[in-house]
Amino acid sequence: MLHSANIKKVMGLSAWVVPRLVILVGLAVMSGAGQSAETGSQALPGWPEPVYDSEIFNYMQLDQLEYRSSDEPDLVRWDALMWLGGDYNRLWVETEGQMASDGEEGELERFDLEYGRLIAPFWDLQGGIRYQRNWSVGADRDRVAAVLGLHGLAPYKFEIEADLLVSEDADVQVQLQATYDVLLTQRLIFQPRLETAVAASDAKDFGIGEGINSFRLGARLRYEIRREFAPYIGLSWSRKFGRTADFARAEDEVVKNLEFVAGIRIWF
Amino acid sequence: MAAQGAERYIANDGPSAVVQRSRSYAALDRRDFLERAAAGGLLAAFGWTLPAYAQPSSGLTRDTKDRRPGEPIDLYVRRADFSPGAGSGKAITINDTVPGPLLRLKQGEDVVIRVHNELDEDTSIHWHGLILPYEMDGVPGVSYPGIKSGSTFTYSFPVRQSGTYWYHSHTGLQEQLGHYGPLIIDPEGPEAADYDREHIIVLSDWTFEDPHDVLATLKKLASYYNYQERTASEFLRDAAANGLAATVSDRMAWGRMRMSPTDIADITGFTYAYLINGRDPGSNWTGHFIPGERVRLRFINAATMSYFNVRIPGLPMSVVQADGQDVVPVETDEIQIGVAETYDVVVTTPQVDRAYTIFAEAMDRSGFARATLAPRPDMTAPVPALRERPLRTMTDMGMDMDMSSMGGMQMDAEVPTHVGHGAGVQDAMGPSIAADSMDSMVTGGSMEQRAPQAAAMTGMAGNRESGSCVPGMTPCTSPVVGRHGTADHGPGNTTVAAVQRNRLGEPGTGLAQVGHRVLVYTDLRRTADDYDARSVDRELELHLTGNMERYMWSFDGHKFSEVKGAIEFNHGERLRLILVNDTMMEHPIHLHGMWMELENGHGSRIPRKHTISVKPAERLSALITVDAPGRWAFHCHLLFHMDMGMFRVVHVA
Repeated sequence: MLHSANIKKVMGLSAWVVPRLVILVGLAVMSGAGQSAETGSQALPGWPEPVYDSEIFNYMQLDQLEYRSSDEPDLVRWDALMWLGGDYNRLWVETEGQMASDGEEGELERFDLEYGRLIAPFWDLQGGIRYQRNWSVGADRDRVAAVLGLHGLAPYKFEIEADLLVSEDADVQVQLQATYDVLLTQRLIFQPRLETAVAASDAKDFGIGEGINSFRLGARLRYEIRREFAPYIGLSWSRKFGRTADFARAEDEVVKNLEFVAGIRIWF
Repeated sequence: MAAQGAERYIANDGPSAVVQRSRSYAALDRRDFLERAAAGGLLAAFGWTLPAYAQPSSGLTRDTKDRRPGEPIDLYVRRADFSPGAGSGKAITINDTVPGPLLRLKQGEDVVIRVHNELDEDTSIHWHGLILPYEMDGVPGVSYPGIKSGSTFTYSFPVRQSGTYWYHSHTGLQEQLGHYGPLIIDPEGPEAADYDREHIIVLSDWTFEDPHDVLATLKKLASYYNYQERTASEFLRDAAANGLAATVSDRMAWGRMRMSPTDIADITGFTYAYLINGRDPGSNWTGHFIPGERVRLRFINAATMSYFNVRIPGLPMSVVQADGQDVVPVETDEIQIGVAETYDVVVTTPQVDRAYTIFAEAMDRSGFARATLAPRPDMTAPVPALRERPLRTMTDMGMDMDMSSMGGMQMDAEVPTHVGHGAGVQDAMGPSIAADSMDSMVTGGSMEQRAPQAAAMTGMAGNRESGSCVPGMTPCTSPVVGRHGTADHGPGNTTVAAVQRNRLGEPGTGLAQVGHRVLVYTDLRRTADDYDARSVDRELELHLTGNMERYMWSFDGHKFSEVKGAIEFNHGERLRLILVNDTMMEHPIHLHGMWMELENGHGSRIPRKHTISVKPAERLSALITVDAPGRWAFHCHLLFHMDMGMFRVVHVA
């Protein structure tokens, strides 16, 4: 299913990302291995600590790995994150994107490498870099952006991700994502999801126009066979606006689409 | 089957282990050893790893005290198979059993206990509730460096007190793996309580998961083990019962706080098997009695994370001891036992040939431990059904109004902010003081210090009839004794108890409406005439804090690793320790080396405790006679809370 050219692109991306990741992980672990050697509690140096409350943990989540079917060509979409670190300081890797099921074209909407700091009980402030890439048969474009994000749990239990982006071409964009879990049973969970973006300027190569770009509304129903493993089905409706819609039309893309989705959610 | 089991049993031990074990058991209790030998076949057949006192119908009676005071005791810490219920796992055992062997000591003796570490990692044993020199207290990093793999540490200390206690590892998460056991000290004089027979009831929780995996899971998703969340169907049910508006406003109130009222226990029956004397409910530990006998039951909550609600349908319990200290007997039908607490009760069995179920329901009602008291083996009694899971209330959240659960319609029923229990209460515990106490927290001695307040908390005990704080019922009537200042304790803390109540007269979570008597802290009165009547020299205030989203636990918003140095106690002083629980769950707070005398309104009869369970949004105080120089641990006894930073060192000099 995956085209070989596509695999090369992913490998190229890996070559860019991996060394940087290793450096950042190293830094995070060294600084985040938090517990100072001496809390002053021990009677004698060399004694162990009575408790180790600053261990490093790691988390991987594939929030979406889904197949999308609509009047348009079918797509594979992913939304994944990883963190590594302690309670206050974490290294985050987040990626989201989609590609045609034939692999000929696709969009790496983001590959983020961020440092996150717990700034309030429910909020993580994250800063880092984002790598984006659009590819299709005739074109292959990428860019790097600085990203500043606020991720956390808002009152009324909305999971929020708000990102401010400044690209290498100084294009500014704000992205917002909100999800909410409705427990139908202890294991059957309905999740509405809203994604939207606003740009301060055009970034034509990436199909982004000034103003409100788009809305993407999703509704997924997952069943947690285990908490960590949940197949789901759902619907995703998207709509592009203004100049963003114009760019889409110019590239023969749809501005409005309703997709049926089916996938799995995994974390460990 | 039996033969295979027996072979496996012997093969696992090896010859040298047999020698060691016989030596240690001879040192401990010869009858224990004989009973163990006799029961060995059966034991091996089922692959159980149980100590002698926990054998079926071992019927340990008062006179089984064969060990001569002063004889040394040998304990071997090693891994062994442990198979409660259907599963099979590796436990950390002491002398090959879970729980570990009964240590039966005599008040006044000088005891020598040699602990041999046969693990491939460090270990330790802490004698929970014992008053002893700090070097013998067994907390790695505080009292000593711990016991290295392959080495032996010899504990040697005078046994000053009597009563029911226990012991456990203070290293890492070993306690979750079975590293605990009962410790009973017989008094020099006669027992205060009258009884014919006794049984030790060690309550615990067991998971086949690696405890480190459990911790990692909680770090990733703290609600992972909660399968009792409120769902859409419960919303419809509540809306039908209480009206849509009330139900919506209730859900909105909890949503606004980003909290769940079903958050009763971090770890639940989803992964836990709840055990009595190492047995799961199916294998039903049974204790023998002869109808008509008075039976003393020594309840020890050796669980790492689980509170239990204990009752024996058909038998009222007379509570005679709490945390090893004799109390004025009080009759009750149900006891909520916090982690690390002990309660001794005497039940008087009628002259009827019937069995009784000891039912220990996990506080969140996701499971239970069960045992049987029976005149003959194989007799059982009905096992009660689990009751509906309780919900947290707005009182638990430290909110002004009780509008929890089905109580949305009571939103206008405001709780009085002043209580009639003597003037000066608000002044003593009021907002300005609470606010001040938030600031000085970066140093290890983060407790607030201020001059003693005469009024303080004594005499303000809520009375048990009026102290009801029930979801959906009338507003909570437990007296408000403090309000929180403006400090929020930083990102490591999610909630503060804006309204702090004296909840000592309240039955615990889920027990307000059970239709029978429930033990409350205000029931406890010491019998000993040993109250230290000196006036209080100093007060320290400490807030219990946490961030459930990140599974961080702390005092005053700071984990152990975030503070420098110890909390200083002054040797010889009489100290009032004030604890304010800013979180929405109970925390069993344990001080090593010195008693905490819980100020529950009984003057010179206030009870001595080693572990005090502090209810959500509760403000309580304890008096401490600081008479034990050295370095002592002070922490929440929920193992994972302690390990995640709800821990301090107290330095007495």
